[in-house]
Amino acid sequence: MSKSVRGSYLLEGLRRLGSVALFLLQLLGQSLPALARPGLLVKQIYNAGARSLIIIMLSGLFVGMVLGLQGYDLLQRFGSEQALGTAAALGLLRELAPVITALLFAGRAGTALTSEIGLMRATDQLTAMEIMAVDPLRYVAAPRFLGGVIAMPLLTAIFSVIGLYGAQLVGVQLMGVDKGVFWSQTQGSVALHDVSEGLVKSVVFGFACSLIAVHEGYHAEPTAEGVGLATTRTVVASSVLILLLDYVLTAAFL
Amino acid sequence: MRANRTLEIGTGLFVLLGFAALLFLTTQLPASGLKLGGAKAGYHVTAEFDDIGDLKVGSPVTMAGVRMGEVTAIRFDAKDYKAVVTLRFDPQYNEIPEDSFASIQTEGLLGGKYIGLSPGGLDTYLKDGSRIDQTQSAIVLENIINKLFASYASKGSEQGAGSADQGKPAGNPGKAESRK
Repeated sequence: MSKSVRGSYLLEGLRRLGSVALFLLQLLGQSLPALARPGLLVKQIYNAGARSLIIIMLSGLFVGMVLGLQGYDLLQRFGSEQALGTAAALGLLRELAPVITALLFAGRAGTALTSEIGLMRATDQLTAMEIMAVDPLRYVAAPRFLGGVIAMPLLTAIFSVIGLYGAQLVGVQLMGVDKGVFWSQTQGSVALHDVSEGLVKSVVFGFACSLIAVHEGYHAEPTAEGVGLATTRTVVASSVLILLLDYVLTAAFL
Repeated sequence: MRANRTLEIGTGLFVLLGFAALLFLTTQLPASGLKLGGAKAGYHVTAEFDDIGDLKVGSPVTMAGVRMGEVTAIRFDAKDYKAVVTLRFDPQYNEIPEDSFASIQTEGLLGGKYIGLSPGGLDTYLKDGSRIDQTQSAIVLENIINKLFASYASKGSEQGAGSADQGKPAGNPGKAESRK
């Protein structure tokens, strides 16, 4: 009995993995045609990116400020608080900005995508489009997916800059690290590949988050409960996947 | 139409901000990038050093621990094989004796380098374009450690030779036993 239950779980997991992979292929196939309708894409970049701006900037500021406080406290024990800029910049660029932006994105934009598409499914709007020979993958799913992929790196870059400003605010204005030292140490230790590491990560995260969100919505059970469950699954799956991918990418970059 | 307009403006703003942030990260943060921001007020003075360690543009210039300015340029003099450092002093510090002594010092044990000035005794003051003649190079920690090890090693090898001789007789009985 228990063995067959376990087996069915395994099968279900495999089925979902296959379903996501097939969905990704279909989505990629529809992505180029979707680019031909920039109006739809702009709307999704606005939804995923511009409307996440406030939460990203606020979080970035506070993450940077905490980094400044903690970094200062730790570094001054070794008498090297001048390295604060380096610590903050590398921490933000490589890890904190991509990961926290992606987690916030999954919570803020991913859930919105899933519930929107899920509700379209539940109210038979997607079926109606299919009947009218309008491909919902092309007009609903692909622009949302692309919007997320485009918005994520931009959000991450904004997060990094604001976070760095927050660290500078605490380190220089509050704790009295010399401003020139802060920036010269930062500039001396940050290389272009640190920036590109964060950028590559954010693109991968944007890809993963958007894919999961759109897939869960598209394949949500067409009931009120089903849409709710799909939204929960989006957050859980995205968060776990982001952290897992982060480890893999960091190991690949180092 | 109205809603469409705000949407497009919002998206434009977001994309602009995002690319501005990217531009900042790629050009301003790495040292190789171009620097924006105009020149600050003050006067510039040069000083030559044999070795500047990891002194960087933007490192502070201090006297008695008070910040007076910063390093604005570092250049290599191909004739004398020296580093020529340009210092910018804030305009209010305009009575620094011309024969002041500049040395490169380290903040903390692992911190960055800065230039410390000790005042000289002349009545003439440093002004724009003048040169600080008396300088002391950066103390590179590795060089000191190397010297320390070198002196230690030369002492140690004499002692080590003695102890090696003492060690030989102790090893012999073991060999003798194994032959049996």
